[in-house]
Amino acid sequence: MDERSIHGMSGASATVLGADEIILNMGPQHPSTHGVLRVKLKLDGERVVGTECIIGYLHRGVEKIAEHRSYQQFAPYVDRMDYVAAVSNGLGYCEAVEKLLGAEAPPRARVVRTILTELQRIASHLLWLGTHALDIGALTPVFYCFREREEILKIFEKYCGARLTTHAFRIGGLQYETYDGFEADTKRFCDDFAHKIDEYETLLTENRIWVERTKGVGILSAEDAIALSVTGPVLRASGVKWDIRKAMPYAAYDQYEFEIPTRENGDTYDRYLVRMEEMRQSRRICLQAVENIPSGPIMGKVGKVLKPPPGEVYHAIEAPKGELGYYIISDGTTQPYRLRVRPPSFINLQAFDSMARGGLVADVVAIIGTIDIVLGEVDR
Amino acid sequence: MADDSPEKDRPVAPAGGSAEPPKSDPNDTSAGPPSAELKDAAKPVAPSTPTAPVAPQASATPAATKPAAPAARPVAPAAPKEPAIKPLPLDNELVQRMKSRFGSAIQEAWLDRKQSIIVVACGLLAEVARSCRDDEEFDMLTDLTAVDWPKREKRFDVVLNLYSFARNERLRLKAMAAENESVPTLCAVWPAANWMEREVFDMFGLVFEGHPNLQRILMPDEWEGYPLRKDYDILRQDTAWVRENLGIESGQ
Repeated sequence: MDERSIHGMSGASATVLGADEIILNMGPQHPSTHGVLRVKLKLDGERVVGTECIIGYLHRGVEKIAEHRSYQQFAPYVDRMDYVAAVSNGLGYCEAVEKLLGAEAPPRARVVRTILTELQRIASHLLWLGTHALDIGALTPVFYCFREREEILKIFEKYCGARLTTHAFRIGGLQYETYDGFEADTKRFCDDFAHKIDEYETLLTENRIWVERTKGVGILSAEDAIALSVTGPVLRASGVKWDIRKAMPYAAYDQYEFEIPTRENGDTYDRYLVRMEEMRQSRRICLQAVENIPSGPIMGKVGKVLKPPPGEVYHAIEAPKGELGYYIISDGTTQPYRLRVRPPSFINLQAFDSMARGGLVADVVAIIGTIDIVLGEVDR
Repeated sequence: MADDSPEKDRPVAPAGGSAEPPKSDPNDTSAGPPSAELKDAAKPVAPSTPTAPVAPQASATPAATKPAAPAARPVAPAAPKEPAIKPLPLDNELVQRMKSRFGSAIQEAWLDRKQSIIVVACGLLAEVARSCRDDEEFDMLTDLTAVDWPKREKRFDVVLNLYSFARNERLRLKAMAAENESVPTLCAVWPAANWMEREVFDMFGLVFEGHPNLQRILMPDEWEGYPLRKDYDILRQDTAWVRENLGIESGQ
C-alpha cells in the first residue's frame, strides 16, 4: 500500500481536480453516515478516486475529563463513547482500573459481567445489521432487529434501570445483584434468538440484491488490515483469526466454549457473515454462562476511595467493534494522571479510504455501514 | 540523549498533579487501596489484619482502633513494607537483543503490572519500531498516544502499544520528547500511525517529522491551544473561535 492511498486526498491534492473530477460532500447530516461523519469524496464519474473523513463533531474531551474526575466518577462517561455498547465500555474500564489497583472481581461478578457483555454484543450487532441493511435498501430487517434488541434492553433495564447508558458495572464487581428471573429471561431470549438469526439470514444471505451490493465491495486484505491496526469483525473477515476473548481472556471467557468465526475475502459480504456468526457464538456463551452462575459476593475488595499505586496499565477487551483499550497512568492520587482510550471505531474508520477508493460512489454507504462505527467513540 | 537520566523522571514520581510526595506512599499501597479516613489509622491497623483491607469494615473501625494506635506503631511498618505493586527491572532476551542492536538508544526497561515497557531515544524511535516489527514480530501498532509531564525537561512521552500475533504479547515503547522537538513519524512503518499521530498533534502539539498530513483531526483546524496538555485548563477554550464560529460568547 503506498502512502498516498492511506492519507487520501488531503490539503493541496483535494483542490487539484482533473477535468472530469468533482468533489462530493457526504454528511455530516447524511442519514447513512450513522451520526455526524463528514466524508469528502473525490469522484471521477461514479468512481471514487479519493476520500477524506472529517471527524470531531462529537468531540467532548473525554480523556481530559478523566483527569479531573475520580476513578469512580469517570465510569459513567465511558458509556457515552460507544453508546450502543455501553456495557462493553464499562467492562473494559472497570477491568482496567482493577488491574491498576491489583484487585479482582469475584467469580460471580465475572460471570454476570460476561453474560451482560455478550448480550450487549448481540444488541450492538443487531443495531448494526438493521441499519446496515436499511442503508443498502432492505427495509425489513431493521424492524426484526429492533424487536430482538428490545428484549435485550429490557433485561438491562430490569437489571440496572437503564437501557442505553447502563453503567452496569462497578470497579471491583457489580453494584446490583441479579434480579429474580434474570437467568430465565436470558435463557428465554437465547432460546428464541436461534431461530431469529435464521430468519434474518433468509432475508439477506441469499438475497440476490444483497449479495450483489455487498460481495466484492470494500475489500480489505489481511496485510492491510494489520498494517492499519484494524481489529474486531473487520479483521476477522479478512482471515485473521484473532479475538482478545481467546488470545488474552478476561472476565470469565476462559470458562466457555465458543468459536472465532473468520472469512477469507475481506469484503462487505464476509463482514456480514462474520457478525451473524458472532451473534450465534455470543448466544452460545450466554447459554453456557447462565446455566451455572457461581454464588458468592458480587463486589471484590476495593476501598471506597481508590488510590491505585503509581504506575500504568494497558487493558483491552474485545468490544463489539474491535479492540477497546484503556491505558491509564496513576500517580497515586484519586484521579487518573492520564487516561487514554484506544477506540476501535476511530482506528477502524481509518481503513475506510483503502476500502472505498476505486469503488463506486453508491458503495460508499455500504462501506461506512460495514465498518460499524459509532461517532461518539470516534470523536470521544 | 543517552546521558539523560530517565530514572529521575520515571512515572513513579510524576511531575505534576500529585497532591502528596509519592515516596511516602508505599505503606498505603501495601495494604491495597486504603480509604481516606483510614489513612491516619492505616499503619496500626494494616499489619494486624492484612487480609481485610475492605473499606466498609475498615471505615467502621478507625474510631475504635485509634486509641490503641500509638501502642501498635513501633511494630507496624516492619511486615507490610514491600508494596504490593511496584515496577520491576526488565532484562529479558528481547531487551538484550534490542540493546545489542541499538546500544544506548535503549535507555531503560521495566515491568509494570506484568507489562513490558521500554524507553528508547526519541531520534531512533522509527528505527526501533521498524526493528520491533520486522525482527521481533510485533506486527501491529495497537495504539499510539502521548503523556504530558510539564515539570520534566523533556515534557512529553510518546507511547506506542505494540502487539505481536505470533507471540501473543504486548510491548510498550516510550520516547521522551521536548516541547519543540520533533518526533520521527511512524507512518512509513505502520500506516495506522497516520491518524493516531494526528490526534497526538491535535491534543499535545507534538510535531511528527515526515508525517504526510499533519493536521488537526478532532479539534477545529483554527483552534488555539492543545487541550490535553496539563497547563490547558479544563474550562479553557478558544473564545475567539467560539465567538466567530458559533456566534455565542461561551461554549460552556
